[in-house]
Amino acid sequence: MAAIELRNIVKVFSDKRRGRDLLTLDNINLDIEANDFVCLLGPSGCGKSTLLNIIAGFEQATSGRTLVDGKQVERPGSDRGVVFQQPTLMPWLTAIDNIAFHLKLKGVAKAERYDRAMEFIDLVGLRGFEHHHPSEMSGGMNQRVGIARALLMNPSVILMDEPFAALDAQTKLEMQEELVAIWQKRRCTIVFVTHSVDEALVLGNKIVVMTRRPGRIREAVNFDLPRPRDITSPEFNDAKRHILALIREESTRLAQAS
Amino acid sequence: MTSVTDVSPARPAFRLTRAFQGLERLIVPALLIAGWEAFARSGMLPPALLPAPSAVLHALGDWVFGFDETTQTYSGHWLRDALASALRVFGGFALASLLGILAGVAIGWSRLFEKTLEPTLQMLRPIPPVSWIPLAIIWFGIADKPAIFLVFLGAFFPVLMNSIHGVKTVDHNLVRAGAMMGANGRQMLTDIVLPAALPSIFAGLRIAVGSAWMLTVTAEMVAVKSGLGYVLWDSYYFLRYDIVLAAMISIGLLGYLSDLGLKAIMARTLHWQQTTTVQGRAG
Ligand SMILES: Nc1ncnc2c1ncn2[C@@H]1O[C@H](COP(=O)(O)OP(=O)(O)OP(=O)(O)O)[C@@H](O)[C@H]1O
Ligand SMILES: [Mg+2]
Repeated sequence: MAAIELRNIVKVFSDKRRGRDLLTLDNINLDIEANDFVCLLGPSGCGKSTLLNIIAGFEQATSGRTLVDGKQVERPGSDRGVVFQQPTLMPWLTAIDNIAFHLKLKGVAKAERYDRAMEFIDLVGLRGFEHHHPSEMSGGMNQRVGIARALLMNPSVILMDEPFAALDAQTKLEMQEELVAIWQKRRCTIVFVTHSVDEALVLGNKIVVMTRRPGRIREAVNFDLPRPRDITSPEFNDAKRHILALIREESTRLAQAS
Repeated sequence: MTSVTDVSPARPAFRLTRAFQGLERLIVPALLIAGWEAFARSGMLPPALLPAPSAVLHALGDWVFGFDETTQTYSGHWLRDALASALRVFGGFALASLLGILAGVAIGWSRLFEKTLEPTLQMLRPIPPVSWIPLAIIWFGIADKPAIFLVFLGAFFPVLMNSIHGVKTVDHNLVRAGAMMGANGRQMLTDIVLPAALPSIFAGLRIAVGSAWMLTVTAEMVAVKSGLGYVLWDSYYFLRYDIVLAAMISIGLLGYLSDLGLKAIMARTLHWQQTTTVQGRAG
């Protein structure tokens, strides 16, 4: 049994104002095994966030079935940690309170909450900023709080929507390494949305390439290059060439169609 | 080098304007008061109809401290009168805040309350609170109660409207984040929606405290026999315009102070907001 099973997922957004329907996801079928690190790759607007939202339980598919650990997804839950495209922190809470928010909801005492949250403050390199509010931190720092918040719940599935887009190159590299280390240690299932081919190849052991809207799965590529990955190695470049070809093929197909 | 010599002479001039900035806001009121004083002393109008600022100040002083009984029966009774009004404001405002926030959050959060409760409230809203005075007097008699009722009516709707708005405009993604972290329905309301709506609720409270003072005074003119509004109306019958003006000044001052107090509470509660939005306005 796969950790996440997507069966014939179709998503149509009905645009009432313009009086037409928008087919966003067109018959998505995908099995994600437990402990997979899946990178979802596709052009802007192809429905990556929508697919993630369906797995998270924020949106219902128009038709099709979504199973996580064999159970039908009906609503959001702390078994699936989400790192949003925007940080989406509670602006009235400090960094540490945002990270420990899940524990507060569970009624854990403050001392223990802070104790556990400090570990994740260190993990994302925010020591010294634990009592800052989101408005007092940079976009990248807020995004790291968002990552720590999802990790603290120790979910079996982590859904990440371009979490490193706002980070500088240096921090991005560090965070990518950190994420891989966390994933290797915890053995959780990660679905990671990105539109950077390099990022997908650095992180994932399975790269799912989506087509332009309406989003379909073009190909799911298994990529088992040992880590730490050498981005100058021939294997890395072979894979990169293959994926770029898929994307290019897609855009020429589109150009011919129009 | 040139840039240094260019910049330095500008600095003392800059400081001078800074020093004037504090004073410039006093220029208009000072000119107005001086003009008023000169006009009143010129004798073009009988002093009883347009008392000079000095006379108003005198009346206010006697009303507060009772030094020479120029204000006759009111002499030295200011504190009692102000307290009577303030208590009505406080009573009506507290009641309106409580019920306004409760009803507003309920309507903003739940479709059921929106459908059942909101149409009735929105129909009552355009009725001027003052037009309730006849009914208020019949129901509650001449005392504190009709005044508190009126204050409540004036303060309730701003709190209600802003609470509804605050809850309705909570960032959808924050609710999603809460659900993702396992918040149940009650926690969603108390730990996410309510704090997120607080800035809007406070905006409503500040409008409400202004309405509260207006309606206390209105009620005291008609339906109560104490308080600043009563003194204002009573002195009008005795043609004591100096006391009328002193009462107006007192009301303005107390209203301003209540708003300052509320603003201080707001700045403390919403300290997490961008400093430019809270402290920038506080200046
Ligand atoms: N709530 C919604 N209502 C209507 N249309 C929507 C909604 N959410 C998304 N869409 C549409 O669905 C399509 C896919 O959106 P989605 O956010 O999933 O794209 P994405 O692949 O995440 O893009 P990006 O890389 O830019 O984040 C877009 O065309 C968008 O206009
Ligand atoms: Mg997206």
